[in-house]
Amino acid sequence: MSTPSAPSSEQNPGKSPSSASPTAQPVPGASARVLPSGRKAQWVVTGAALVVALAFPLIFSNPATTSVAMFTLLFVAASSAWNMFSGYSGYTALGQAVFFGSGAYFLANVANLWHMQGGVGVFALVPLAGLFAGLVAVPVGWISLRTRRHTFVVITIAFFFIFQLLAYNLTGLTNGSAGMQLPIPPWLAATYNTYFYFAALGVAIIAVALSWAVRRSRFGLELFAIRDDEDRARGLGVRTGQVKLSAFVLSAVVTGMCGAVYAYYLGSIYPPFAFEAIFDVTIALMGFFGGLGTVSGPVIGALILEPLQQYLNLQVTSGGVALILFGVLFLLVIRYLPQGIIPSSAEILRNVRARRAEQGGPRASQPDQPTVHVTGPEETPESTTLGEVGK
Amino acid sequence: MSTQIAKAIVDGILTGGVYALMAAGLTLIFGVMEIINIAQGILVVLGAYLSYVLQVHLGIDPFIGLFFTIPIMFLLGVGIEWVFIRRLRPQNRTALSILVTFAVAIVIEGLLTLFFSADLRTLNAWYIDESVHVFGFYLPYIYLFGFGLAVVLLGALYLFLYRTRTGFSIRASVQNRTGAELIGIDINRVSAITFGIGVGVTAAGGMVFGATNSFNPNSGYDLISRLLVIVVLGGLGSVGGALIAAVAAIVIEDVTAVVWSPVWASTMFFGVLILVLLIRPNGLFGQQAARAQ
Amino acid sequence: MTAILEVTDVHKSFGGLQALAGCTFAVEEGTVAGLIGPNGSGKTTMFNVITGYERADSGTVRFAGREISKASTAAVCGLGVGRTFQLTRVFGRLTLLENLQVGSRGVPRSRRRELYSESRCLELLDFVGLATMADSQAGMLSYGQRKLVELAMVLAQDPKVILLDEPAGGINPTLIGQMGERIRELNQRGVTFLVVEHNMEFVMGICDVISVMEGGAVIAHGEPEIVRSDPRVLDAYLGGSLEDDPASPAPTEGATS
Repeated sequence: MSTPSAPSSEQNPGKSPSSASPTAQPVPGASARVLPSGRKAQWVVTGAALVVALAFPLIFSNPATTSVAMFTLLFVAASSAWNMFSGYSGYTALGQAVFFGSGAYFLANVANLWHMQGGVGVFALVPLAGLFAGLVAVPVGWISLRTRRHTFVVITIAFFFIFQLLAYNLTGLTNGSAGMQLPIPPWLAATYNTYFYFAALGVAIIAVALSWAVRRSRFGLELFAIRDDEDRARGLGVRTGQVKLSAFVLSAVVTGMCGAVYAYYLGSIYPPFAFEAIFDVTIALMGFFGGLGTVSGPVIGALILEPLQQYLNLQVTSGGVALILFGVLFLLVIRYLPQGIIPSSAEILRNVRARRAEQGGPRASQPDQPTVHVTGPEETPESTTLGEVGK
Repeated sequence: MSTQIAKAIVDGILTGGVYALMAAGLTLIFGVMEIINIAQGILVVLGAYLSYVLQVHLGIDPFIGLFFTIPIMFLLGVGIEWVFIRRLRPQNRTALSILVTFAVAIVIEGLLTLFFSADLRTLNAWYIDESVHVFGFYLPYIYLFGFGLAVVLLGALYLFLYRTRTGFSIRASVQNRTGAELIGIDINRVSAITFGIGVGVTAAGGMVFGATNSFNPNSGYDLISRLLVIVVLGGLGSVGGALIAAVAAIVIEDVTAVVWSPVWASTMFFGVLILVLLIRPNGLFGQQAARAQ
Repeated sequence: MTAILEVTDVHKSFGGLQALAGCTFAVEEGTVAGLIGPNGSGKTTMFNVITGYERADSGTVRFAGREISKASTAAVCGLGVGRTFQLTRVFGRLTLLENLQVGSRGVPRSRRRELYSESRCLELLDFVGLATMADSQAGMLSYGQRKLVELAMVLAQDPKVILLDEPAGGINPTLIGQMGERIRELNQRGVTFLVVEHNMEFVMGICDVISVMEGGAVIAHGEPEIVRSDPRVLDAYLGGSLEDDPASPAPTEGATS
């Protein structure tokens, strides 16, 4: 590393307001200096992905395929939501099913209360279901986030079991193990799944867009700071409690929407499906697999793992064997990709660029690609030791 | 009514003792290794199945069978630690350990389903069917024996932790992992042994569980949820805390079943956790306990 | 000159260990004050108490006349007190620029735009000579560089008082010299400093006044030359002259020039 050059004595970073640049920009979030070509490449890829996603059900109209695609999109959304809180803040939450199920039961209850007929109209309730899940997240988050990270994980799991029990016991609201019925839409079998596909796509777009927006904002910066050194962040003035809770609630809102779409798709909802332990772990796994703390990581993770899971579901009929295969799949992913796919490739990119920049002079070309570029990968060679030091 | 409450309290204490044994293993594992063994629940079930197999196919009494099942489970624990846990990188260890042990739990559950199907099983012995008449109600002998077993094993654990060199190493590691390494403690060996102990006690817990409940591979979820609550309630890393939490929580649950309704008893069990966390966010004997060991 | 920072009779124990035992001293506004003492004398604990990372068992801490004994770290920061750490605490996975920007919440809203504009942050990084690495991850920097980043982070919040915990520790002599120059520059513009250090050359060179701690209390206070030969101070450092302080590096060219 080169030693820092002697700074000029004309610099006046300190006291007087006149030192502020006349073209002061609004407080930036993640670095806004970006090479035009890098950003353009991002938008092109995102645009292309969007086009493919929109055209998908029209090309592959087989309901079985659309169904798998729909589930994949729901997991893209749920995993992105999970990552937006857990990946960014470093607080691993393993009870997201609480919000998934809350959204599901909200939809069921309201749809029945208002005697809604099946159809596109019911989808309008999905955002409301998300908001409801967000409301639920406020007390749950408030209680859970007062603890240290280790305890936090377990508390989220405990909350999961509590909600599952509540689903069984609060028969007035949930009908207990008898479950609840949702309105059945009058669509033809051939196109039935397509409606849900687009609904899931909508939720997924919202999830990814939100994830991206947070990442670029000062709010996201504070989350990342909390992840690296929470006490220090607090010492610098970050309102850590508010920031964590807000992220937690946002994450819950999206997860709730996923639950609502899911329930509507199934047509009925029961406690073990609304509140499913494997859901909690699956979305975390996808986040880890794709890359924690990135925007595209959970997306990639879901796009790869969910179809795989669905495929296994179909191929393997024996319950025991299915479980064994899931478990082995999880173990393989964790064993061989603890960082996730995205950070590994981004890290290589960054090392290349850093080397080039050092040779090229002051801040020559350091393109920053907020979406693909990772400011906070799971690990860099030095960060393992740094993590120890900073504690 | 008061007889029922008395019975509930006694039941709670006796059952709580057994849960305390299983929770002790879990919390010790966390204390030493900072990982959370989600597989503890299904391992209890595995212990139950092992006892079941020994009894049904070899006619061995469940208590005698412990001489076989405990070492087997101990070795299994060491094996799991060595294969899966040791490789985990320091960053995000705790979260990763949850995913890994959950995956291991799923595999075990799958294997059990394959071999035993989802049929409910239970253990049989004279002390399970017969009861002793005390304080105006009937208490199956198994509850007393199970509690006695828990006391014996916890006592043995205590002696091990406080009177042996390895036990000392374990306690030192709980207090300060890096410091322990610096004074020459082989953290790998300590971790393996701790994990082995943590799993070994589930053999005993599993036997009693299998004797007092009917079980199938799906029973693991309910168990791990309770164990997690107990461990957090007592404070992660605190064996004493786990003991008190286990007995307290289960007594409250059993009394709630009698006083209010069985339906809400389980919810109350978790509710206690929430209530305590509101006052003491890190459990009853949270961080301090890790030192006091 | 008025005392901008006043510590009065502060006690702090950790279990059986008494870290601060009736510690009393004051820092005059506009000075560079040094805080020295053998290892274990309580200097870092004092910093922690002042900045809210620890709470004193008894005694008071005042900033500009206002009591901050029970203030939180964020509150103290908002009042205009910045600090660095002995073991650098930067956000390893954020870029240098982002590291600076984290603190934007710590200043009043009215000043945020001015203080945290991107150009100003880059200026600050330039001030500590790290502008070329603005987009590099802080975790990749050397120890000395991270110390400079910490300094920039503190400066970003435009504090009135800066507490430096061993700024010269573990970095090469050239860097130490630069660090000293930066401190003097800033002091000339009105920033008050309180510096904990083991490097005697450095301390003697830049400090206007020095307080010496031992066993959790201040045992001597005064101008460097006086403190240097105070018998109590020499005694505290194992009965030798201050150049014999085992924690300070061999005398080198540095901040004194």
